[in-house]
Amino acid sequence: MIEARGLTKRYGDTLAVDDLSFSVAPGKITGFLGPNGAGKTTTMRLILGLDRPTAGQVTINGTAFEQADQPMRLVGALLDAKALHGGRSAYNHLLCLAQSNNLPRRRVDEVLGLVGLTDVASKRSKGFSLGMGQRLGIAAALLGDPQILMFDEPVNGLDPEGILWIRNLMKALAAEGRTVFVSSHLMSEMENTADHLLVIGRGRLIADCTVDEFIRANSRQTVRVRTPQPDLLAKLVAAVGGTVREDGDGAMVVTGLDQAEVGDLAYENAVRLHELAPVHASLEQAFMELTASSVQFHAGVPELPVLAGEVA
Amino acid sequence: MATTTTPRPTAGVGLDLPRSAGRVSFAGALRSEFTKIRSVRSTYWTLIAMFIVVVGFGALASFGVASQPHPPTGPGWDPTRQSLAGLYIGQLIIGVLGVLVISSEYGTGMIRTTLTTNPHRGVMIAAKAVAFTVIAFIAALITSFAAFFLGQAIMSSHHISTTLSSPGVLRAVIGGALFLTACGVLAFGLGLLLRHTAAAIGAVVGLLFVVTILVNFLPQGWQNHVNEWVPALAGGMLWQVRAQPPGATPMFGPWPSFAVLCGWAALALVSAVLLFRKRDA
Repeated sequence: MIEARGLTKRYGDTLAVDDLSFSVAPGKITGFLGPNGAGKTTTMRLILGLDRPTAGQVTINGTAFEQADQPMRLVGALLDAKALHGGRSAYNHLLCLAQSNNLPRRRVDEVLGLVGLTDVASKRSKGFSLGMGQRLGIAAALLGDPQILMFDEPVNGLDPEGILWIRNLMKALAAEGRTVFVSSHLMSEMENTADHLLVIGRGRLIADCTVDEFIRANSRQTVRVRTPQPDLLAKLVAAVGGTVREDGDGAMVVTGLDQAEVGDLAYENAVRLHELAPVHASLEQAFMELTASSVQFHAGVPELPVLAGEVA
Repeated sequence: MATTTTPRPTAGVGLDLPRSAGRVSFAGALRSEFTKIRSVRSTYWTLIAMFIVVVGFGALASFGVASQPHPPTGPGWDPTRQSLAGLYIGQLIIGVLGVLVISSEYGTGMIRTTLTTNPHRGVMIAAKAVAFTVIAFIAALITSFAAFFLGQAIMSSHHISTTLSSPGVLRAVIGGALFLTACGVLAFGLGLLLRHTAAAIGAVVGLLFVVTILVNFLPQGWQNHVNEWVPALAGGMLWQVRAQPPGATPMFGPWPSFAVLCGWAALALVSAVLLFRKRDA
């Protein structure tokens, strides 16, 4: 159980994490969601004692991580797969980590086998591909057979096969009763893996709920309709409190009524329908709506500078 | 989708460890730090470079005096010091290793992995300092004795050499190794303080080399009070046999002088460790 209370971290003028209180429950996958720069990595660094909080505190099973007698048994973390000495072989990298916690040497071979790096164990890690580096980082996290796993953006830059592998691994780890705390800025990734969500924007907690609750609470149910009598249907929908907007190519999107209500309304008023389909708001959309105001850097469409000589 | 290269995520298979296994200890941290030092090439390159340069330069300096038409004699002649002349450069090479041992953790990001697997910073950094000091001392001892024996062998043909059994000689040869080790620890402290390889090596060169040159330009009256506190000058007293000649700038004796160098190393190391325990990694 990871518990943060009033966790705050300021770097100079930048408030990276702002009065964050949450708990990560054991035995499931908790997704830690937020746009880039929202404070996800900083929060993970604070949990692991890499950074000192400006205010507040965070504990793992009731004590600060720095007091853990068995740190690798408690937490396996992968914050940055490139955070290793590239000149050291994969085997020696894992060996030095295992030794610091007095873990048996055979663990190194076991985790290398588990992530499929046995054949390259004696190779220096600077020659590894992104996917191999990620697996080496995961091997390090698994060395201590930890209760809690923390992954920071684990699928970033991976190919579909690598993404699938990590997704399945996280599910398998959670199925064994381990706590998995995984950050991502990709909503689609969370939709596929997470049981529970913590959403942050600009260092503040903006949601703490299940994935379903999050989508239900933060997106409106919409229905896509195609009809040869759009004006009539639009009036009928408006009369019962729904709203309608054009969706291009002749279809319209109804908000405020569900699929059955739109169908019944059309039937009762003899409006012909050519298409009637519920539109499931994705986590992506829900997230965009929720964090629209908390994105740190809005990217406008850049205007190309016009050089005086080029003006016709 | 190809699955042949992708291992099945069979977490749990082979993951089981008894609950009691895996505790942080100083002994474990020390083994870990020895593994780190021996498993990167920079360790071997710097130590081999130190050996070649110190032994080679000592041989050259010994050959230089031996080939003079009137080889030096008298109370000011110190054949031990002559054969160990390469230590002037050796101190910088061991300094580079002392810096790299810690700054490479910051340069590569390894420090974050190190501290998330062993968050007990005091234990971890003490283990690293001890591992480096032991390796540095062993390499320095081999280097110092090799430089001494080769230098004496070259000078013996001209009967200006000395032997280990002469008064003060064994102390000076072991002192050469202690001098290198202390310089390495000083560099380690600066590396931990500055956390950046180039900056820390610059600081090492500045403190050990540039300061030593600059004090020569001070008025003699100042030198009489300053030189004995300059790290490299003080450290150099331990690996020479002759006493300071009358009229020369006064220095402390060999061991008190070495204590001055150790004081500098301790100052760098202790302040760096205190900061390390508080700073964001």
